[in-house]
Amino acid sequence: MCPYVLPPVPSVDQVQAELRASSFRKRSIKTSAKKQALRLILSMIDLTTLEGMDTPDKVRRLCRKGRDPLPGEDLPSVGAICVYPTMVSVAKEALAGSSVKVASVATAFPSGQTFHELKIEETRRTVAAGADEIDMVISRGAFLAGDYGRVFDEIAAIKQACGPAHLKVILETGELGTYDQVRRASRIAMDAGADFIKTSTGKISVAATMPVTLVMLEAIRDFYLETGRIIGMKPAGGIRTAKEAWHYLAMVKETLGDTWLTNRLFRIGASSLLNDVLMQWRRLSSGRYQSPVYFSED
Amino acid sequence: MSERIPVAKTYKLYVGGAFIRSESGRTFTEKDAAGDLVGNICQASRKDLREALKKARAAQPGWAERTPFNRSQILFRVAEVLETRRGIFEELLVKVCGWSAVEAKADLDAAVDRTFWYAGWCDKFSQVLGGINPVGAPYFNFTLPDPQGVVCILSSRTSPILGLLSGILPAIVPGNTCVVVADNRAASITLELGEVLASSDVPGGVVNLLTGERAELLEHVAGHMDINAIAVFGGEAKDLASIQEGAAENIKRVREFDDPDPSAWRDRAQQSPYWIEKFCEWKTAWHPVGV
Amino acid sequence: MDGIDVKEIQPTSPGASEQSGAKGRTPVPELLFGDLWDYAPAPQNTSHVKIAPRYEHFIGGEFVAGTGYFSTLNPATEERLSEVPAADDEMVDRAVRAAREAFDKRWSKLPGSERGKVLYRIGRALQERSRELACLETMDNGKPIKESRDVDVPLAAAHFLYYAGWADKLDYALPGATVSPLGVCGQVIPWNFPLLMAAWKIAPALAAGNTVVLKPAETTPLTAALLTEIFQEAGVPPGVINIIFGAGASGAALVRHPDLNKVAFTGSTEVGRAIQRTLAGSKKRLTLELGGKGANIIFDDAPLDQAIEGVVEGIYFNQGHVCCAGSRLFVQENVLETVLRKLTHRLASLRVGDPLDKNTDVGAINSSEQLEKIRSYVDIGCAEGAQMHQLACELPDKGFFFRPTFFTNVVPAHRIAREEIFGPVLAIQTFRTPDEAVQKANNSPYGLSAGIWTDKGSKLFAMAKALHAGVIWGNTFNKFDPASPFGGFKESGFGREGGLHGLLPYMEVRG
Repeated sequence: MCPYVLPPVPSVDQVQAELRASSFRKRSIKTSAKKQALRLILSMIDLTTLEGMDTPDKVRRLCRKGRDPLPGEDLPSVGAICVYPTMVSVAKEALAGSSVKVASVATAFPSGQTFHELKIEETRRTVAAGADEIDMVISRGAFLAGDYGRVFDEIAAIKQACGPAHLKVILETGELGTYDQVRRASRIAMDAGADFIKTSTGKISVAATMPVTLVMLEAIRDFYLETGRIIGMKPAGGIRTAKEAWHYLAMVKETLGDTWLTNRLFRIGASSLLNDVLMQWRRLSSGRYQSPVYFSED
Repeated sequence: MSERIPVAKTYKLYVGGAFIRSESGRTFTEKDAAGDLVGNICQASRKDLREALKKARAAQPGWAERTPFNRSQILFRVAEVLETRRGIFEELLVKVCGWSAVEAKADLDAAVDRTFWYAGWCDKFSQVLGGINPVGAPYFNFTLPDPQGVVCILSSRTSPILGLLSGILPAIVPGNTCVVVADNRAASITLELGEVLASSDVPGGVVNLLTGERAELLEHVAGHMDINAIAVFGGEAKDLASIQEGAAENIKRVREFDDPDPSAWRDRAQQSPYWIEKFCEWKTAWHPVGV
Repeated sequence: MDGIDVKEIQPTSPGASEQSGAKGRTPVPELLFGDLWDYAPAPQNTSHVKIAPRYEHFIGGEFVAGTGYFSTLNPATEERLSEVPAADDEMVDRAVRAAREAFDKRWSKLPGSERGKVLYRIGRALQERSRELACLETMDNGKPIKESRDVDVPLAAAHFLYYAGWADKLDYALPGATVSPLGVCGQVIPWNFPLLMAAWKIAPALAAGNTVVLKPAETTPLTAALLTEIFQEAGVPPGVINIIFGAGASGAALVRHPDLNKVAFTGSTEVGRAIQRTLAGSKKRLTLELGGKGANIIFDDAPLDQAIEGVVEGIYFNQGHVCCAGSRLFVQENVLETVLRKLTHRLASLRVGDPLDKNTDVGAINSSEQLEKIRSYVDIGCAEGAQMHQLACELPDKGFFFRPTFFTNVVPAHRIAREEIFGPVLAIQTFRTPDEAVQKANNSPYGLSAGIWTDKGSKLFAMAKALHAGVIWGNTFNKFDPASPFGGFKESGFGREGGLHGLLPYMEVRG
């Protein structure tokens, strides 16, 4: 097999890209558009808990919340519950019979610094435990060292290990330094078979931002037009309010179009976002501004 | 010993680095204060103006593309050559214009010094008059001078050498080329300057000297569509009006200057970096600051 | 558009894809920019905007009733908003006399530090009443509220604040020079940025110690009318700023008034020419900010997605009613296909319509006359053989609207590639080498703006040096800042506005 060669990718001008990304914050989402957006956002949330202190009961509570975010209201479930591999079976059981997927972070999340064979094995066992979706991290070290072939091979191998499970490839954009690098990493991940590309682990201070998401959406668009393959996008970390989330939606709508306005192709990795969406929903239905005390933490 | 007859000079126009006769074949005579013939001087026509402008246009990009340091070196050379040839200018000022030797000497002192002064500005004025603009966004934004292009100078009529140079120098410092229409008491002096320029490494076409009648050429200057700016020294109201009217056709920049008496031309107030500014366009460039 | 072959850019139906992917691959279904999730109307609340049925000239600090009242319309609805008088010679004279008196008796004697405070107060008042000004600007002009709110009004305020700081530092502006004010300035401004142009004119003039008589454009007098209230509130001494209304005849009467020291005009090259002629033989100083046909140049190594933003910003910002618009796009031939595809996608998500809707990207054309002019140019473009591409969006029933448009198969001789259209119409041409790009870009009597898109810094600086234009945007377009000088080469006018260089045209410089 020929070693992987990164095809040419367009450069990105930081200032202009950030300006464009900020323009979506000016989109004013009102009334019916807001209502529809809130439902869409709910369905796109990968409700996440990735803590050392996660327990089966904590995961079960989160699953219940994800299945039926606001009991008594006709609202969609979240897109997925995202947990560590050891909690996959718990989540799988708690989500049985629902549309909510189980996602799990494999490949020595969040650093990715372990042996290749172990990453493959971790992926296999996580899928075997019931994960529908695997969120892997790329080897940033290899990427930054210019060893694109290794990054590609690793993603391709994990993809194979995933079997039927969907693969989301985390670029950890906060560690890549420039948008040019994000564009390169996006291309490698898509070439290697990623179903989704994802911004961040949520474990470092710089997580998803609108500009970095825009750059990745543009990479997805160009890849689609070149190859016909449709890749999904998942910004993760840092999106805490419904307003931010619908600005992301506006960015998807105006960059990739209607096809991507579905949880099959767009997810938001978040935890606190859910309650803000619910508060906004209540505000719309009741006409009153809400207080957090009326919404369960999990 | 028999009397020696001096060799008389034919005073020709200085165009594109060459000394040429007027295509019209016309000349006028210049006489000294005593009424004796100094020479037959070529009288530039409308077509001479047209040809000179072509030469100036052709020479302009090359002159502007030279480094400012190189332009300054050339102008320093002009000062050097003028210093060594000052005798002929002083002689003509006395003979043709009837100035005293003291006045003539003072005028050449000033002419050489002014040339020297402007020469040094070539690689400095953009630092003084341009700059970095502190815009409120992540851009590196700077403003630098660009030459206007081809400048037509209707030069001083009172001060044949110092006044003439005071018009040419600020125009060519930033990279313009010029066509001078000189209509003064001493056309011979104007054309003597051509010889100084020709022997000072000033590229042909950068300065073109036409002797003739301002009144005759004025409307052709004003209406010409390939002139970027006109500098008028000592314009009469009606002349200025017709120049401005013609200039409007292609939005020429018209710069009006006084034409004081000869001694006033020697004043420091008659040289300024802000005269260079009058022959500049300001170009502002934005460049993002990002990674 | 009957009988014209238009390639419509369909936002809602994918249709048969003409765009294949990379050469030799199977075409993929086109991206779908539809209404699966559409933005609901988000109208700006205008209840706080009070429009009087009539406004008067503002002369010597007082409102002066005039004659020849005419209506100003909301171009998005064609509804009458208010009316203003048209200044005749007598009214012009009254205004100039008020300005002269204010200059002689008060303003020229006031220390720069005090003048600065007056300008500062104006800037602050603009900020305080920013929403009101933005709404009014949008209603009177037709530009999207997003732009009047985020560009016009904040920039106008910033101009006053910037020049407020210069008023007491003029001695340091020009090394070795002594400066003094010129006297009374007559200023005539256009309809494309009514408030912003007023700020660009008034702020440097006052900072340098001059007094002004300003005439806004006849179709957009209302923000200037509101400004007069702000001037009163801010305690601008009577006569320092005078505002008279009217159309071209009033402007002509102003610039020919014998007691002006300076005329500043922003508008078309045609009118600029006429003003330069009018002023011939007078001792009045003149600055002109005229038309343009800006070249926006995309190299194959450009950050292409951002370049597309620059193209959109360059030609569809303010409906293309921008003298420095990037109305000529030059694309390196080897990336033409990609650029056109990206531009087509980008256009599909542009929202054209109610300027007061916060999501509107392209608002109303300012007047029916301008709309006619744009239409006629588009007809000319088609007749000359260029291929028109147009966004197939719905337009409101009433008001003056025009769909964002671009032309391909354009050659340099086409009128749409040479003449200023002043509308959302882009002419796209190609080039092969940087030298060819420079040659084509400079082959214009205009020289106001140019854009360069490349990832290579050295190329950008080389191009910036070679282009004959007063403003060069590298990897950006249509950016403005009070500290940044603006103005043109060649027939785009002379003199600069903004920054230190913007002071020069308002000062007598000695030394």
